[in-house]
Parts: sequence; structure tokens; C-alpha cells
Amino acid sequence: MILSAKASDMTVADRVGVVVPVGMLGGGFPRQTVKRGIALGADAIAVDGGSTDSGPYYLGTGMARTSEAAIRRDMQILLTAAREAGIPLIVTSCATAGIDAGVDWMAGIVESIARDERLTFTMATIYSEQSAATVLAALDAGQITALPPAGSLRASTVLRCAHIVGLMGHEPIAAALDAGADVILAGRATDTAPVAALALRRGLPAGPAWHAAKTVECGGLCTTDPRSGGVYVQIDRTGFTVEPLDPHTSCTPATVAAHMLYENADPFRMREPSGTLDTSQATYTACGDRSVRVEGSQFEKASQATIKLEGSAVAGYETVSIVGIRDPHILANISTWLDILDGTLNDHVQTLLGLDRSDYETQLRAYGYNAVLGSLDPDLSTPREVGVLLKVRASDQATATAIAKIANPGLNHLPLPGMTHMPSFAFATSPAEIERGPVYEFVLNHTIDWAGPGELFRTEFREVANA
Amino acid sequence: MRDQVLGTVAELIRSKNAGPFWITLDVFLANDADYRRVSAPGVLDEATIARLYQVPAGQIRVFRLPSLRAIKISFPRPTPQGSFTDRDMHAGQQHIPLAALRLPPAP
Repeated sequence: MILSAKASDMTVADRVGVVVPVGMLGGGFPRQTVKRGIALGADAIAVDGGSTDSGPYYLGTGMARTSEAAIRRDMQILLTAAREAGIPLIVTSCATAGIDAGVDWMAGIVESIARDERLTFTMATIYSEQSAATVLAALDAGQITALPPAGSLRASTVLRCAHIVGLMGHEPIAAALDAGADVILAGRATDTAPVAALALRRGLPAGPAWHAAKTVECGGLCTTDPRSGGVYVQIDRTGFTVEPLDPHTSCTPATVAAHMLYENADPFRMREPSGTLDTSQATYTACGDRSVRVEGSQFEKASQATIKLEGSAVAGYETVSIVGIRDPHILANISTWLDILDGTLNDHVQTLLGLDRSDYETQLRAYGYNAVLGSLDPDLSTPREVGVLLKVRASDQATATAIAKIANPGLNHLPLPGMTHMPSFAFATSPAEIERGPVYEFVLNHTIDWAGPGELFRTEFREVANA
Repeated sequence: MRDQVLGTVAELIRSKNAGPFWITLDVFLANDADYRRVSAPGVLDEATIARLYQVPAGQIRVFRLPSLRAIKISFPRPTPQGSFTDRDMHAGQQHIPLAALRLPPAP
């Protein structure tokens, strides 16, 4: 642990300003917007590097959704700006899913930029991956709680997971700041944790800190022009004030208040590890033309701190085929055509491969007709063109592809009843079968009780020196 | 005035994941009259959503935010995000059935 003269920076403050340059690291932003945020008096730069929003593949494999080149470009701007201003840079949910290897991947990028830019600083890496043993021990101890709509957690589900992460709150980040870290690279965290950490560490109240953090967690999404760049938020003892970093963009009471609705099941309440933010009494007031003042946010401390878990497991192997249909006669009867294809496919798979219906899954999606909404689609009028996607899943790749090959003649040539010739449709690729490899599914929607600092999360410090 | 659908009356209707296991729909109205029309009893409630989305009414949460002229609806995803039969990774297109909801005539 590093004890440094910087500890004096961590005294109680009346206000803390944070620059959030972009909703997700790698998304890109104008360099001058960060400079503007620092000129406004920023005490830290905070950015979220991850999400579950792109699906279970990223946690299952540990791969980042964003390209290394895009991360490097954003981090070069942020790292040089933060070091020049002498303020901390906090990045959470590194490499999309926030697994331990993703934190190390980000650390490698940061060290490489530091060499190029000849920067010297203290870096903290905080790890949030959880072993199956840790989760199983908590399960045995009755410390795992299901979140709706999940049922009780089963040990077999835990053992299936390729990776499990716990979403840290502000506490491990605040502790790293306390120890003098200039750059903090964290594994999976709540989207709000990097913004709230410094304000909470400096003794500002939890209501304004968490509400401010929720407001700015997607960068410019709480403004009139989300594409113009990020935001600057200043948190104080009674509330917070938020403004866009682009001088031509505004925050209005409506854009700021509406952000509590975004990707949130409940627009008034949001759970963090240490308690629940309640914004039902919050007031939103315009401050000049471009900023908004928010007051009245409350935070209810929980009797038991909990950490939300995310887990992704292999769900099988997938093969897909894509065929295009433009013939108006087929399209006028596309629903019948799909039903016949589905029926004959399953008959042939069971006959030819000797598989039972529970050994595999197939789904036909007619893009251009009802692929996106399925049976919920309110408009099933005749399409002009359809792309049919066949999805096949089985317990191994060879079986999935064998099933797709059995579907191939039907996808290529299936006529409608009464047709006197054999039609041919438009395959998109050769071979028609596209092997997707292992596919993943989210299997955890549970929390684990958290005893506090020292539990579940691990922090390492290193000096990055380039004299 | 003849019947209208919600999609033509609302200023914005959107859908999105709220985590991998929930879907949330937001409806924003442009003025108080439209908000009152859509918030009237029986227009946009748990039973309406249960019918449009084929989900149990007991799992549906409806929030009314008059100060924003907004109505928010959340319910568990019928298929978890990214699972084999999930048709919409971000649930970004699931507002369409709601947009097609026929409204009673404006008073």
C-alpha cells in the first residue's frame, strides 16, 4: 500500500467536480471537451468501460466489445489530460465484462501509453472476478439472494459459469484513491460507482452523490445532444449541478430527469451495494441556459450490503444459415412456408440423426416479416423481401452443423403446396452453414452479502515510472 | 376525432433492457392533455401490457410521472437477453406493439 503526501487531497470537501467524457470508454469524444471539463474545476475524470448490454458473449469469453484501437485513442486523451491536471482517472468495468484479465489488458494499454507519453504515476488495479468456490460457500451460508424474476440459485448453475463477476460499489475505488492512486482501473462495477467514489470519499452526502452519478453514467445522454460529448457534474452538500462539455449543447430539467428512466426498471429507486437511491422527492431546476440543479435526492442505507453477481455460461454450439426470398407468391404465404419448413426440418433431424427434440433447438426468423417481434408483431402484412435466418443450437458444433445441413435443401428449394415447379432461393453465403462456435447465456441474477472492505474485491498498486 | 394509435400521439416511445432479465418501455407525451388522455383509467395499465406482450399482469410495473408527462412500464423479459430465442439483444425494438395501441377518442 502506498501512503503518500496526496492523502491531504482526501480531506472533507464542500464540492467535488467530475468529468464524464463519454458513456462508454472507446466511444470517442472531442479532446477539447475534456480540457473544458478540467477548466471548470474537475477533481477527477471518471468513465465506465463496460456493460452487459451487448449480451452474454463478452462475459463468457472475457473479450472486449470495443476495439483496442478505440480504447487506446480515448485513454491517450484521458490519461494525458488527467496527469497534466494532477487529478485521478477512474475507469471501471474494464474490457466490457470486467473480468480480471480485462483489467490487466487495460493496464497493459495504459502502461504502453505512459511509455509513449513519458508519464509517471501510481496505478491501482481492482479485481472483481469471483470464483465458483466463493459463490458456493456463500450459497451454503445462506448469503445469496435471488433478484426477481430469478429463482433460488443452484450449485450446478454456479459450476457452469465460464466467468462470474461481482459489481463493486464506490468502496474499493474510494480506498484506492485514499491510498494515493492516480489511475484506477477496476473490474466490474455499478455504472455509477466511478463517479460517486470521490464525492463519497470526501464526505459528501450519498443522495446527491449517487443521483449525480446515475445522471451522468451515460455521458451526454442526459443532454439535448448525446453525440456532442460528455458532461461535467459538480456534487455538493445539498445536491448537484450538471452541464454538457460541449458549449452548444444543453441540459434541461426534462433531459436530466428523464435519464432516471433510462435502462432502469424503476424510475425512482436504484439499488447500490450499500443501499438504495430514492429520487422521488428530487427537484430539477434550470440554472441559466445550459445547466440543471438537482436537490432532494435521498439514500437509504441497507441493513446488509450486497453485491450483484453476473455469470455467463456456455449454452451450446450454434450454426446459422441465411437465405433470401424475393418471390411474391412465396412471400404472400410466408407464414405457411415457414411452418412447413419447420415441420419437415424437425422430422428429418429426428429420422436422419436419431436426435430427440430435447437434444437440439432450431428457430426460423423471417427478417422483413416478423423476425424482431415474433408473435407480438401488430403488422403481418405481405413483405416485399424476406431474409430467413435459421438458428440451430446443439451440444456440439458438429451436430449443430449437421442439423443445418439437413435444413439446407428446404431453405434452398421448399415449394408451397400446389406449386408445380421446385423454386430456388437466394443463399447469402457458401457454405450456407455458418459456424458460430460456443454461445453463452446469462445465468445469474442474484446478490451475495458483502461484509465490507477486504471481501470479494482485491486491489494491487504499482508505480508506473517513465522518467 | 377518429381513433388514434399511441405511436402517433406520443412524443417518444422507446424500449430497452433494464439489465439482462428485464425490459422497460418509456412513453413521453408532449402536453398535459395528451398525458391525461393516455393516463386515463383503463387505457395503459397492467392489463393492456399483459395483452400486448403476452406476459402475466402480476409481473408488470407501471409508473406514472406527471411532471415529465411520462409513463414507464417494466416487466421481466420473456426470454433473457442473448439467450437462444431472444430476438432483440438490447430490447430496443420492443416498443412497437405498444405504439400500435389504439387509444379511445380524445375528449
